[in-house]
Amino acid sequence: MCLGVPGLVVERQEATDELAFGTVEFAGIRRRVCLACVPEARTGDYVIVHAGIAISMINPIEARRVFTHLAEIGDLDGWTGDKNEIRG
Amino acid sequence: MKYVDEYRDPQLAQCLLAKIRSSVTRPWTIMEVCGGQTHTLVRSGIDRLVPEDLRLIHGPGCPVCVTPLEMIERALAIAARTDVTFCSFGDMLRVPGANGDLLRVRAAGGDVRIVYSPLDAVRIAQRQRDRQVVFFAVGFETTAPATALTAWHAKRLGLRNFSMLVAHVLVPPAMEAVLSTPDNQVQGFLGAGHVCTVVGYEDYQALADRYRVPIVVTGFEPVDLLEGILLIVRQLESGQHKVENQYARSARQDGNGEARKIIEEVYEVCDRPWRGLGPLPRSGLRLRSSFAQFDAELRFDVAAVTAVEPSECRGGEVLQGRIRPDECAAFGSHCTPDNPLGAPMVSSEGACAAYWKYGRSSQPISIISIGRK
Repeated sequence: MCLGVPGLVVERQEATDELAFGTVEFAGIRRRVCLACVPEARTGDYVIVHAGIAISMINPIEARRVFTHLAEIGDLDGWTGDKNEIRG
Repeated sequence: MKYVDEYRDPQLAQCLLAKIRSSVTRPWTIMEVCGGQTHTLVRSGIDRLVPEDLRLIHGPGCPVCVTPLEMIERALAIAARTDVTFCSFGDMLRVPGANGDLLRVRAAGGDVRIVYSPLDAVRIAQRQRDRQVVFFAVGFETTAPATALTAWHAKRLGLRNFSMLVAHVLVPPAMEAVLSTPDNQVQGFLGAGHVCTVVGYEDYQALADRYRVPIVVTGFEPVDLLEGILLIVRQLESGQHKVENQYARSARQDGNGEARKIIEEVYEVCDRPWRGLGPLPRSGLRLRSSFAQFDAELRFDVAAVTAVEPSECRGGEVLQGRIRPDECAAFGSHCTPDNPLGAPMVSSEGACAAYWKYGRSSQPISIISIGRK
């Protein structure tokens, strides 16, 4: 039930009925999502959506940090994935 | 899918797994709080790939599973009314009450609908003003902003035909309930990433200090879970009990300010009974008196409806991490997702459902259950 799905904000609409909505794309599927809890989210940002509401904006620096931190402390020994991708 | 695929990288997962294996020198028991994490662990086989000394046990983090039977009976009583359109997340429809579930109410002619978002229920109420529309607000802190916004929105719209049956529960009191049992085995927690995304994790250090357990706020993909496990193991091995945040791409220490504000405006903390854990003080949310007009328990006078938990279901012990689902005699024989005895076999987050779905049975599947499938 606490499932949250990351999606790309492709449109932010003006608030209707005092609730902000926008269109969020999930792997090609677009849905109307309430953006009231992420007032800072703009087109091009990624948000985590739960039950039709965006509950957070993904911090791209922190998202990479998981990988860069592991690389720095040598925890990625043997990993040959896309280092450019993780270094962003 | 960005922010999903990179956290499912098998090679990266192997590297993390190797680190975990080389870090574990003694037996440790870790509990993941959230049912979504349970499913990832079982689906990806992480629970079987970590060293034998590292025991992963499944916690009470399935809101469908911990919703007490009396609340299910209240939902059934409201949904059976001819003037009501009853809206719920899909998971709740098959949770058995004493005399059937919400699907049975629908089969008997009740207007029971699955909605993706509670806000959809408000739209239904706007369209059919001659019917009472009720939303079954079940969930942890993660879901509370959605239902709070829904009540707030309904109030702004002046809707008189909308209400919510609120059964919200809070995670930290359940973690404390597990830790405070005399025979507690949990030595570290994988914290629920989306719960912390909403309300933050400022309160966790007090819990970590009081019970001397490390808590690592963790995400939901295999790499997230493996990194969370590694961080806990390193703390355990070095005798630490800090709060760390593996899921920093979404969760911040103080959570989501807007979400916390709307929860605070609409809800107040209350005592709640939990299936499996019993009554826990200050472990739930209820509507504030300023939103009482949207309280379905008052509107339909069902607050007095009570129920007795079925004795055969050992879901309570599963929810406390005391037994694995496959250690229950009913698992896979006369308790399957098609014929569930209790909620943990129904919910998409239930530990019993995860064990069933991903073939984790230490018992031979009986002929009866094969016949039923």
